[in-house]
Amino acid sequence: MDTFVQQLINGLTIGSIYALIALGYTMVYGILRLINFAHGDIYMVGAFAGFFIAHGLGFAAEPSLVGFAITLLGSMLVAALIGMAIERFAYRPVRKYARMTTLITAIGVSLLLENLGVVIFGGAPRSFPQLLQNQNYTLFGNAAISKSQILIFSVSIALMLLLQWIIYRTKVGTAMRAVSFNLNSAKLMGINTNLIIAFTFALGSALAAAGGVLTAQYNPQIYPLMGIITGLKAFVAAVLGGIGNIPGAVLGGLLIGAAETFVVGYGQSVGIPSTYRDAVAFSILILVLLFRPAGLLGSTVQEKV
Amino acid sequence: MKRILLTFALTATLVANFACVRKDGGPTVASDTGAIKVGVYGDLSGQTSSFGQSTKNGVQMAADEINKAGGINGRQIQLLIEDDQGQPAQAATVATKLVNQDKVVALLGEVASTNSLAAAPKAQEGKVPMITPSSTNPKVTQVGDYIFRVCFIDSFQGAVMAKFAANTLKAKTAALLGDVNSDYSKGMSQYFEEQFNKLGGKIIMRQSYTQTDPDFKGQLTSIRAANPDVIFVPGYYGQVGVIAKQAKELGINAPLLGGDGWDAPQLWELGGEALRGAYMANHYSIDDPSPAIQKFVADYKARYNNTAPDAIAALAYDAMKILADALKRAGTTDGPKLRDAIAQTADFPGVTGRITINADRDAVKPAVVLKLEPTGRKFIYTETIQPEGAAATTTTSGAPAGSASPPTVASPAAGASGTTASPAAGNANANTNTNTNANAAGARATP
Repeated sequence: MDTFVQQLINGLTIGSIYALIALGYTMVYGILRLINFAHGDIYMVGAFAGFFIAHGLGFAAEPSLVGFAITLLGSMLVAALIGMAIERFAYRPVRKYARMTTLITAIGVSLLLENLGVVIFGGAPRSFPQLLQNQNYTLFGNAAISKSQILIFSVSIALMLLLQWIIYRTKVGTAMRAVSFNLNSAKLMGINTNLIIAFTFALGSALAAAGGVLTAQYNPQIYPLMGIITGLKAFVAAVLGGIGNIPGAVLGGLLIGAAETFVVGYGQSVGIPSTYRDAVAFSILILVLLFRPAGLLGSTVQEKV
Repeated sequence: MKRILLTFALTATLVANFACVRKDGGPTVASDTGAIKVGVYGDLSGQTSSFGQSTKNGVQMAADEINKAGGINGRQIQLLIEDDQGQPAQAATVATKLVNQDKVVALLGEVASTNSLAAAPKAQEGKVPMITPSSTNPKVTQVGDYIFRVCFIDSFQGAVMAKFAANTLKAKTAALLGDVNSDYSKGMSQYFEEQFNKLGGKIIMRQSYTQTDPDFKGQLTSIRAANPDVIFVPGYYGQVGVIAKQAKELGINAPLLGGDGWDAPQLWELGGEALRGAYMANHYSIDDPSPAIQKFVADYKARYNNTAPDAIAALAYDAMKILADALKRAGTTDGPKLRDAIAQTADFPGVTGRITINADRDAVKPAVVLKLEPTGRKFIYTETIQPEGAAATTTTSGAPAGSASPPTVASPAAGASGTTASPAAGNANANTNTNTNANAAGARATP
């Protein structure tokens, strides 16, 4: 029983990270119908931004809650700016062309960020500093939760609630929903759509950066290609929940995280080696696309021609 | 991932084609004057870049010493260093380039066995001898008769840790946690298990991971449920550091055991305090008081900004020195003749012990077991375990290591080595005895 609970905690921890990144995929898709393949790399950029902030301001040497908060917010800000810059200089100029053009641009931006990362940071993995004194809490029996896990849960829940509030309770959120509903009508209603799109990119990128810093507290190894697999899994999570659907992204993230951890934990007893965790995530994607293309929470919308 | 693989595949094809063109059109006669070109390849920018960096440092230091002393028969050594990014496909590509395009006389590299295995066929095809300083998987030198190594192999290293677990730590049960994409890790797990079973132990849990796994808690939670006496983690430092940290978070207190893949400064940065109580097998101990080792350590520190040389650097240094020795004896850079000269290497006084190349083109050497001490980031010498046939010498527990049951050094490559008989082949069995007093195990007292 405690092993099961432990695996569930492990799965939900990694799932929360996927959920944070999946939100960015889903928001951008909701507004632009664009799959932003560079999003996984923003997660990497966020982790590196956190690394340099923590070292630059000396938080690496003495762990404290303030240091962690500043590092987290700082890296979110850096990622938001980079996300906006990518939208402004890479996606906006090609937005008027076919959707495929933007998609391919996104793949190009993704490769650019990865290789720029290798050039600037070097390909060697770096060790992210521990920003909070780690500690373990025993729940019952052997089941334990570490401070870094509690941190991941609480920060992701807080950020998701904040996002929900922004989208449903603020003016800019209303505008985002309007743009997502119909970009041209929103423009006619006097909404500055370029600004709203830039804001969406900033929001999504900040969440991915938060995911990067949180993961680094849990698994301190960061390297320029770390966003590829994690980004792909978050994308699967967004599709699983129903791309464009915000609660769906969270649900999808948690499901993928739990599914792959259970494959690691229990797969062997049914003959699936623990390294099939990635295969399982992508099998889920195929099954969803086959049987429920709109995702778990998505509704099928008639394609407007 | 797919995109990267595709990029690599395309690059590999392009470079391979390019290299072929050059090969057909270029000069085929190697000149016997001017600098001797030696190719070095390693991971200088990827997941295991500490290995590549140490290899490069060790080789460069050895080459400079040789050049300063007048070179080889009057000719200087020129190193051509290539980065393979830790990717097997890239390792094959840069090996092809070095062999076909740069026309190097010999190749030195890699550390990770998977990368050496990818590059070795290129050296074999080009009849260019390749010495891997530190790839320990037995399959590497079985690629062909031009492939050598100056380190011990995993069948020995895995057995050393199994003996240490069973005899010194008195472990009855063990869990395995290996890297599924690494030939090194798979080989080590297999040999550990064979020896551990022989000594009456039992593997009660098997788990694996890949280098891109976001966390290892799933595997570790299952291991915790099985409650083994020791956990064998034959991976590379990047993942091992994180595994140690996450194991402590889950309250696992069983000691972690591993091999030379742990040896990198980054291990401490990632694992820190969580590495306390872990043990690893390695090629040499930096604290060994023997004058040769202390001189090497001092020279290396003076040259590289006070960085202590890890075993990877020491082996790279030895590999370059052995190549130079063979070049001197061969008196030519001609591939087949140089190959024979390397194969004849016997009782060479290296930093990591006396090196004799056996009929399988492997070096038979003792291993040391080191205990990890996070305070001051030290590897504390624990004991030396000799290869088969050698007398057991341990300095701590007096466990009957070594002599109790010799490790199974399988030699499936015997057929391959028969194709080019070298005088060294006849000495194969004598090698282990030469190595008995090689490293003066008695002198390796705990500092």
